[in-house]
Amino acid sequence: MNPAGELPDYRTQSPAVAERFRKLKERPVVLEIDRLGRQFAGQKGPVMALRDISLKIHRRELVCVIGPSGCGKSTLIRIIAGLDEQTSGRMLVDGKETSGPCPERGMVFQGYTLFPWLTVKRNVMFGLEMEGVGADQADAEARQWIDLVGLTKFADNYPHELSGGMKQRVAIARALAPNPRVLLMDEPFGALDAQTRATMQAHLLEIWRNVDVTILFITHDLDEAVFLADRIVVLKANPGEVQEIIEVPVPRPRSLAQVNSPEFLATRRRIEELIHPRVTAPTERLPIVRLTQVGDEVE
Amino acid sequence: MLCGLTCTECRFHLFGFLTLMSREPWFAVLRPLSSRRQFWLWLLSFALPVVIWSAVSYVPFLWHPVMRVTSPGDVAWFTTGMLIDRHEFAQEAEKIAAAGGRRPEGVRANPIFLPAPHQVARALYTAFTTKPVLRGDVWLHESLWLSIRTIFWGFVVSSAIGVPLGILCGSYAALARLTEPLVDFIRYMPAPAFGALMVAIFGIYQQPKIAIVFIGTFFQQVLVIANTVRKVDPALIEAAQTLGAKRRNLIWRVIVPASLPDLYNDLRILLGWAWTYLIVAEVVGISSGITFFINQQAKYRNFDNVYAAILIIGSIGLLTDQALAFFGERMFAWRNGRPSRLRTFITRLFAGRDVLLFPDQPEGGARS
Repeated sequence: MNPAGELPDYRTQSPAVAERFRKLKERPVVLEIDRLGRQFAGQKGPVMALRDISLKIHRRELVCVIGPSGCGKSTLIRIIAGLDEQTSGRMLVDGKETSGPCPERGMVFQGYTLFPWLTVKRNVMFGLEMEGVGADQADAEARQWIDLVGLTKFADNYPHELSGGMKQRVAIARALAPNPRVLLMDEPFGALDAQTRATMQAHLLEIWRNVDVTILFITHDLDEAVFLADRIVVLKANPGEVQEIIEVPVPRPRSLAQVNSPEFLATRRRIEELIHPRVTAPTERLPIVRLTQVGDEVE
Repeated sequence: MLCGLTCTECRFHLFGFLTLMSREPWFAVLRPLSSRRQFWLWLLSFALPVVIWSAVSYVPFLWHPVMRVTSPGDVAWFTTGMLIDRHEFAQEAEKIAAAGGRRPEGVRANPIFLPAPHQVARALYTAFTTKPVLRGDVWLHESLWLSIRTIFWGFVVSSAIGVPLGILCGSYAALARLTEPLVDFIRYMPAPAFGALMVAIFGIYQQPKIAIVFIGTFFQQVLVIANTVRKVDPALIEAAQTLGAKRRNLIWRVIVPASLPDLYNDLRILLGWAWTYLIVAEVVGISSGITFFINQQAKYRNFDNVYAAILIIGSIGLLTDQALAFFGERMFAWRNGRPSRLRTFITRLFAGRDVLLFPDQPEGGARS
C-alpha cells in the first residue's frame, strides 16, 4: 500500500484519459434525468428518499452509482427502470420523456430473476417474443447472445442447473437481447462470491466493449465501481442526493493489474472519504464485561 | 451397532430393517429421513391400524362387548345367531338357571358394526359379485362409475370457471375486491344446504348432484387459487415488465407458468374435498352412486360391504392423488432442483469445458 502522501489527486487525468472523456462528452446523451425526486409517505410525514438527482449519461458510457446503504440507489434505478415512479422531475431517453417499464431500459437484478420454467435459450428469447419477433429469428438472435456470454453449451439447460455466475450471465444476455438503449444493473454481482465476482466484472467489460449499450451500474463495492466505471456518481443518504460525480482517471482497457495503480487507489480513497466520512468522535464502545483470564490475551 | 457402514450399501428393502437400526436418530428436527426409512414408515402407517383392528377383532378379551347366541337354551326371546349385550346375557342366564331351565350358550363377539378384517377383505371381492337385491338396484361397479362421473363433471365444470377466475382475481386487485367478498360469504354456506334448491332447479337425477359438488368446490377454489397466484415472486413479474411484457403476456407467460406447480397441487387437494361433497350430494334427489350402495348395505346390516365400499373410495382417492403427484413431479421438473439423469449427465459433461472457457472460479489471479 502506498502511503497517503504519495497518491496523486484523483482529479488529475493522463492526456489519454482526458482525451477519452472529451470524446465521450461529445457523444449524444442517451439517458438524462432531471431533478428527479422521490417521496415516501412515512409515519411522521413524507420522507425524502431522493432529492434533485440530475445526471446525463452519454452513449456507451459506463456509469456506476455508489452510496451508503439507505441512500436510495435502488430506488433510483427502479425509477429509471419504470418499476417505481418519481414524485418530481423528469427522465428522458434519447431526448424523449418516458415512464413505465420498457425494454429500451433493460434491467439485471441482483437475484437473477430468471424464469425457472424456461430453458436458458427460452429465457433469452422472452424479450424478443414480447416484441413480436418471429420464432426463427428470435431463436437465432438468442443463440448469438448466449454465445456472447459464453453459455453455448447450456442453451437447453434450466436455470436451476447453473451456477450463480452463469445465471447472471444469462440474465445479462436476456436483458441485452431486445437491444436496450440503457442496461440497468442493480448490484448484479452482490450475491456472488469474491472470485466469481471478479470474473463477472471482466466479462461485463468484455461484453460492454463489444455491444452498443450504455450501462448504469449500482453497487456498494468501491473496487467494483472504480474498476468498471467511466464516471462514478456518489450519493449520500437522508435525503438521497448526488454528492459528487467522479471521472475515473484509470485508463482503459482495464485489467486486474490496475487495482494497485496510484490512480485507482486515489479514486478509491476519495470515494471512501465521501461514503464513510472520517470519524471525529470515538466510535461507540460496546459495554462488554471481561470474560477471559488475565494473561490470556489474543492481541 | 452391527451395521454402521456396511448396510448403507444394502440394495434390498427386505434387508432394509437392518439400516433402520443405524445410529442415525429417528427424531431429528427438520432432518430428512433416508428413503428406506420413509418406505418403512409409509408401510407402518397403513399396517398399524390394521394390526390394531385385527387385535380387537381376533383377541376375544380385548373388547368383544356382546355375546353371539349359539344355543338359546330356555330363554324364550333368544334365537341362534342373535347378538346380546354381555351383561344382559349373563343376567338372563342367571334368571333361567334359577328357574331351573337350560342355560343359553354363546360366544363373545364384536358388535355388528365392526366386522373382522378377513370379512371386509372377502367383501371387497364379494361386493362386486353380489347381485343387487331389488330389481332396479345397481351393481357396486355401476354405483362407483356413477359416483366417479358425478365428481368428474362437478370438478371439471368448477375448475373450468374457478381456475381462470382465481388467476384473474390473484392478478388484478380490482377484480379480487369485486368478487372475493361475495365468494367468501357463500363459501361459509354448507353446500348441502343448497340441496333442495338444486333439486328444484335441476331435477332429481345427476345434475343437482353435480351442482352440489360444484358449489362445494368452486368457491373454495377461487380463493385458494387467487392466493396461490399472489404468491408468485414479484421480482419475476418486474423482470418480465422490463422485458416488455404487458397485461396479457404477463399473465399468460409469467404468472400462469410460475404458479402452475402450486395450482396443480391446489387442484389435487381440492379434488379430495370434492369427494367429501360427493357423499352429501348423492343423497340429494334420488339417492345414487356409492352413497346409495353404502346406505343400502347398511340397511341390510352388511357392514362388511359398507367397510369395503369406504375402503374403495379411500383407495381411489389415494391412487388418483399419488398418480397426480407422480405426474406433477415429472411435469414440473424445473422446480424440484433434481433434473433427470440424462440432463445431469449432459450438464456435467459440458460443465467441465465451460469452466475451462469461462472460469467461474479461476484457480489463481483473483483480484485482491
